[in-house]
Amino acid sequence: MASSYLSKSKHMIMQSLKSKKVLMSIIMRHTSFVTNSQFCRPFHIQNYADSSVALSRSFGSIYCERRLHTATSVSNKSSTEAPSRQELDFPGGKVKFTPKLIFTSSSNNERTRCYRVLDEDGQLLIDSDSLNITKELAVNMYTNMVTLQVMDTIFYEAQRQGRISFYLTTIGEEAINIASAAALNINDFIFPQYREPGVLLWRGFSLQEFANQVFGNKYDYGKGRQMPIHYGSKKLNYITVASTVATQIPHAVGAAYSMKMDKQYSCTVTYFGDGGSSTGDFHAALNFAAVMEAPVIFFCRNNGWAISTPINDQLRSDGIVVRGKAYGVPSIRVDGNDALAVYSAVNDARKMAIEQQTPVLIEALTYRAGHHSTSDDSTKYRPVDEIEWWRADQNPVTRFRKWIETKGWWSDETESEHRSNIRKQLSQAIQAAERVEKPPVADMFNDVYDVPPKNLSEQEALLRKTIKKHIHEYQSDVPM
Amino acid sequence: MLRIIKQKISSRGLSAPVIGGYTHRLSPVASTIRHFSSAIKEMLVRDALNSALDEEMAADSSVFIMGEEVGEYQGAYKITKGLLDKYGPERVVDTPITEAGFTGIGVGAAYHGLKPVIEFMTFNFSMQAMDHIINSAAKSNYMSAGQINVPIVFRGPNGAAAGVSSQHSQCYGAWFGTVPGLKVLVPYSSEDARGLLKAAIRDPDPVVFLENELLYGESFPVSAEVLDSSFCLPIGKAKIERKGKDITITAYSKMVGYALKAAEILEKDGINAEVINLRSIRPLDRATINASVRKTNRLVTVEEGFPQHGVGAEICATVVEDSFEYLDAPVERIAGADVPTPYAANLERFAFPQIEDIVRAAKRACYRSVSTAATA
Repeated sequence: MASSYLSKSKHMIMQSLKSKKVLMSIIMRHTSFVTNSQFCRPFHIQNYADSSVALSRSFGSIYCERRLHTATSVSNKSSTEAPSRQELDFPGGKVKFTPKLIFTSSSNNERTRCYRVLDEDGQLLIDSDSLNITKELAVNMYTNMVTLQVMDTIFYEAQRQGRISFYLTTIGEEAINIASAAALNINDFIFPQYREPGVLLWRGFSLQEFANQVFGNKYDYGKGRQMPIHYGSKKLNYITVASTVATQIPHAVGAAYSMKMDKQYSCTVTYFGDGGSSTGDFHAALNFAAVMEAPVIFFCRNNGWAISTPINDQLRSDGIVVRGKAYGVPSIRVDGNDALAVYSAVNDARKMAIEQQTPVLIEALTYRAGHHSTSDDSTKYRPVDEIEWWRADQNPVTRFRKWIETKGWWSDETESEHRSNIRKQLSQAIQAAERVEKPPVADMFNDVYDVPPKNLSEQEALLRKTIKKHIHEYQSDVPM
Repeated sequence: MLRIIKQKISSRGLSAPVIGGYTHRLSPVASTIRHFSSAIKEMLVRDALNSALDEEMAADSSVFIMGEEVGEYQGAYKITKGLLDKYGPERVVDTPITEAGFTGIGVGAAYHGLKPVIEFMTFNFSMQAMDHIINSAAKSNYMSAGQINVPIVFRGPNGAAAGVSSQHSQCYGAWFGTVPGLKVLVPYSSEDARGLLKAAIRDPDPVVFLENELLYGESFPVSAEVLDSSFCLPIGKAKIERKGKDITITAYSKMVGYALKAAEILEKDGINAEVINLRSIRPLDRATINASVRKTNRLVTVEEGFPQHGVGAEICATVVEDSFEYLDAPVERIAGADVPTPYAANLERFAFPQIEDIVRAAKRACYRSVSTAATA
């Protein structure tokens, strides 16, 4: 469990710890000592023993262990001691020494391998029995992927026609959305970024509910307070999308901690992109989750682009998967366009997270086949043939379709029937949502606090009075 | 969520309840109360906060504390002393150094139903976590249309200490006071500390609780009612610390003490001052302030923070909006100097309001003094 980073011998600290700066300088001094010493020289150990700070990490125990004693005893016994020790008994575990002056390279020779079980032609690369996917599940996953694709296309068009103000598509990441959702349980809390409406779709959010949100009408669960695509559903355990990037990552850790305290058999799952992994929040969240042993799945959708920033301008590590190791978090890289691989990986990760009470990092390699949003034209910063290649050859929807067709579970007829069905439902939902009233004035002032304070009630009363007095200056369809 | 355990304690507040396997003796409270022959009990603000945390954690197992040095170190300012031993490391969590990190994690825990009390070593460090406080906590209930509420408390020392210079001395009352969705409390006495912290922890909205390092070691008399574990103060109500009829002086936190001392000095000059302890910056108790100004017709606002866009500016606007005809003199604002706080003791003294400044301002408002107001 989380424990303090200071030892019990803290006389010096007591006096000077009014300032955080002093604490930081103590920690800096300590860490510089660590990198400088290659040899076990008594002089250095004496310094270390005199230092008032011994950073220690205890596994399972609340109280810090007294590393200082071990360090001091070595220097005291130096006259009678055998030749130099092979390792240093350092907080966190023994560390072996080496006389070779070698820097670790910036990356491994070979990049971390990518887990994939279905190739581009829909051919299974492993024994199909080991997969555990029924026809019902596979067809359900596929139809949801198609629904997501059609929904995105039609809402995008609606924005272009000026019917909604903004939209953001998930084109190219349908497998990530649906397959990961399919491997989870409804009790697993979702902390999305914004490119995961498929998870909500899988859990039962209807096309009408999506339409109400993007139109911001009075049936919108967000009461017209958020931009389009900022969906959320308390019932479906999907936290409302926020515009802030990567803030959901530490939130997921905190909620996982809450589940841990309740001993619930569930985990939290948080999604973010390659860009989101650069934030301070990502760093703090992974570090914390490892220390707290929180049951959280960090799902990174590495789709190659953060608006116009390509991956090479975003980071120079071997993607995001290698960062897990830096924080002590088990990690895996998967082919994000392979629905079966995503499903298996999330399935296993969930079991690991809950049963071993550990965070897990999954990096799914994919491609943002659409523009960042309706405010973006990605042809301005990336080649059109690159986009086309990913849309065609690596398309997760067609890949999965090929597989279920070889199993005899799908056909051209069912395909066109399903697509036209969804298109019809969507256009009905959009027409209905467009006609519904906007939220009333009353919804402007509530939910700021649990109970509306007096000043807000006064402001609302004043606004109503003003509207009534100058009714001609307001639209006649202002709902009250 | 674990059951909320409501405990009824006798009015003495010093009995020993047993809850869920833990034995919680209210010994921190008992040991810090000094009994005088006249049976007036005194309590340090530090102990008031500690006892409030202790009692709320005992009463509700979803309350937990998170912050730097709160556990093993017993709290950077000893506010959380003894709590790690009593409640264990699951409920008193020592964190790595990342305000943004542990604030975000606290907010996430609150989303899922726990009640975190996040400690900032000083509110100067809360700036690192500002996005989570405002965008993830304050606005969430509204943005989610009531689906996500965030019953979180952010607490820690705010404003100036002594000799800690610019990056450790800023007052954040005005900053947090502008944000809809937050509640901002500023206790002064031990009674304020206990009652307001308990109210904050029980409140379903995010609360910013601004303490003061120099007040931690000050002791105030507390009644038996205050010591009771069910004691709670209402959020959004100011307290009239001293009744008067000639001039209203509003203040919060440490400045309340200064205002009271200034009032004693003014009394000798025949000016009967009414001192209002704001207790709450958001919601601001406009009613109490205006009622007082309508009675006295003169107002001096006192704060430690920077003058521009400060709490005093808001109070002045409030009074002009609601009680303009009642003012007999322009409102006087006493605030900290418009400079990053210097370190040298003499300069630091000039950078913050002193009792003499309040006395002079009150006299000016009563047209008693010929000297001009200090210009900005």
